[in-house]
Amino acid sequence: MDIQHVYTKKRSEFGRQVIFTDRAVESIADIPPNPDLSREYISRNPVELAIQNVREFSEHWVNTVRFETENRGINHVEGGWPKDINPLEPDQTSRFRKKTEKEDGFTRSMLSLGNLVEHTIKQNNIVDIYENYFQNLEPDVVEEAPYAKTVNIYRDPHKTRRAANHISWYADGARKLAVSYCNLEFQSGTNDSFIDSYIWDTENPTKPDLHLKPISPLVCIEFNPKDTHQLVGGCYNGQVCIFDTRKGSTAVEQSLIENSHRDPAYKTVWLQSKSGTEFFSASTDGKILWWDTKKLSEPVETLILDIEKKGRLENALGAMSLEYESTIPTKFMVGTEQGRIISCNRKGKNDAEKIGNVFPGHWGPVYALQRHPNFLKNFLSVGDWTVRIWSEEMRDDCIMWTKPSVHALTDGQWSPTRSSIFFTTKMDGTLDVWDILFKQNEPTLSIQVVDEPLHCLRVEEPHGRLVACGSQNGTVTLVELSDNLCVQGKSEKALVNGMFDRETRRAKILEARGRARRDARGKSAHGEKTEKATTDGATLESELKEADPIEKAEKDFWKIVDEEKRKRDRKAALAGEKAAAEAGETTQAEEAAPATAETTE
Amino acid sequence: MTQAEVDDTLKRIQEHKGVQGYLIINSDGIPIRSSLDASVTQQYAALIKSLSDKARSTIREMDPSNELLFFRMRTKKHEILVAPDKEYTMIVLQATDAS
Repeated sequence: MDIQHVYTKKRSEFGRQVIFTDRAVESIADIPPNPDLSREYISRNPVELAIQNVREFSEHWVNTVRFETENRGINHVEGGWPKDINPLEPDQTSRFRKKTEKEDGFTRSMLSLGNLVEHTIKQNNIVDIYENYFQNLEPDVVEEAPYAKTVNIYRDPHKTRRAANHISWYADGARKLAVSYCNLEFQSGTNDSFIDSYIWDTENPTKPDLHLKPISPLVCIEFNPKDTHQLVGGCYNGQVCIFDTRKGSTAVEQSLIENSHRDPAYKTVWLQSKSGTEFFSASTDGKILWWDTKKLSEPVETLILDIEKKGRLENALGAMSLEYESTIPTKFMVGTEQGRIISCNRKGKNDAEKIGNVFPGHWGPVYALQRHPNFLKNFLSVGDWTVRIWSEEMRDDCIMWTKPSVHALTDGQWSPTRSSIFFTTKMDGTLDVWDILFKQNEPTLSIQVVDEPLHCLRVEEPHGRLVACGSQNGTVTLVELSDNLCVQGKSEKALVNGMFDRETRRAKILEARGRARRDARGKSAHGEKTEKATTDGATLESELKEADPIEKAEKDFWKIVDEEKRKRDRKAALAGEKAAAEAGETTQAEEAAPATAETTE
Repeated sequence: MTQAEVDDTLKRIQEHKGVQGYLIINSDGIPIRSSLDASVTQQYAALIKSLSDKARSTIREMDPSNELLFFRMRTKKHEILVAPDKEYTMIVLQATDAS
């Protein structure tokens, strides 16, 4: 828009005085607003405006004047001497000394200080003020009630309910637990169940440290005590597999299914060997197989648990638990499904030599078997509703046993630190701590860990303070025990040893007495046979029935006498001599009869 | 005569049970009299004098009306008794019963 006003002026009028006049307002330009243009603009609401109200700063930097340091050493010499005396000259120094000694202040202060010092010296000599009273006495053992508290609970993060049926502690300290989960119910629907087993870190109960993914659920799992990254697992389908925690979740090695067990491999135990690669496994199919981890395609050795030593698989007893002590490397024990306990020796040339003693065991499967860590001749076995303690010397009977409990027992273990304590788990979810020196008829401490059955337990090895128990729902609970259940007293080992010896001796005496009685009965039966064949049955019967022995004996006596009489009458007709001889026999028979009457009493 | 008294006192101290030696130093740290050998005397004089001065100044700083009367250091091998005075300090070494 061009606002211009053009006017002309004559040149002669340039510079003339300007005369201003008023004039009315004149509108020169009028620009109305154009609403169409407003469409090109957007109204902005709210309007943001940043304002800052701060002091203004400015940054400068300056180098300070350098501070100089230097390292110097000082040599101390005898000092303090006044300037005029040379410390190195002995006569000058001694002169100085003598001079000071003669000063008045010297004597005064010496006397006072001397008194002070003497007082303290005498004090020291009389009483040792720093004496530690009762230093050599041990702190008093306050007999508090034993207790146990749950430290941590490790729940199976997966939804399906599987029982935790075996726990193994990490061999190197109590940091990790390997737990095997398997649903052992007969013919339960296993298609959709989760077959992983876990390694838990004791500090982290929310999530397992490592998942182990076998081909079939694991029934048993053990850390290798020599190589702590290796684990062996026994599977539900009878195979055994090796895991390595450094190499991931799947099994590193797996045994060939044709050469493995035909039933779940219930127990696998590492052997004590130089290479640390040998282990053996047991299963209810009646076989014990020895394996080497380097070659899992077939077992190194096989043993068929036929007690009659004929090697027949059909007669074999199914194995449920194994016992192996690394200090006795060639011997081991097997607890069977039928209840017997078999002690075996690996060093036999054939099966017959391998199988040693057979202990009568329990009335049901032997779920746990363990030698006492301090007394290797005694071992405990858990099965049916009792715990039995056996001595290897007594083959016919156990030396100690617990009262049958209301619920079945599932697992048991000795405490590694205290000789008189062992732990058991029951089907009602309780963990029992038994102390045989304290109370033998019931557990010292019984803790209800969970509400469902507990299937396994494992005590942490070197300290014996933590116990891990696995339940049917797959929950593993870590329980910590009080000091008095883990720390061994001074004479405890000797007392337990004494107890075992005593019980063994008692069992031996009973056995000897029983044997003697049987022998005596046998002898008397034998003596009767030479006299009268017919009365044998009667006398034997009288020995068996101890209800009224005197009556029985009397009856027999009269029977014998009557028969003698009849015989005599029959033979009387034949020869007079024979009759006389038989009369002598009769008196012998009469004497023998009262003798038998006495022994049957 | 007082000289004899001083000697007597010192001899008596020396003869107490367990006393291993004594040492008298003046305020400058110069050993005046000592029953131990020269090098040990020197060490004790220098080190214990400074420690005793530090202790004394500590007490006086905490409470100006207070003053250090006696100073005992029990070590594993023996006990060092220090009796400071204005001008002189007496140091005695006594064996402890435990050692």
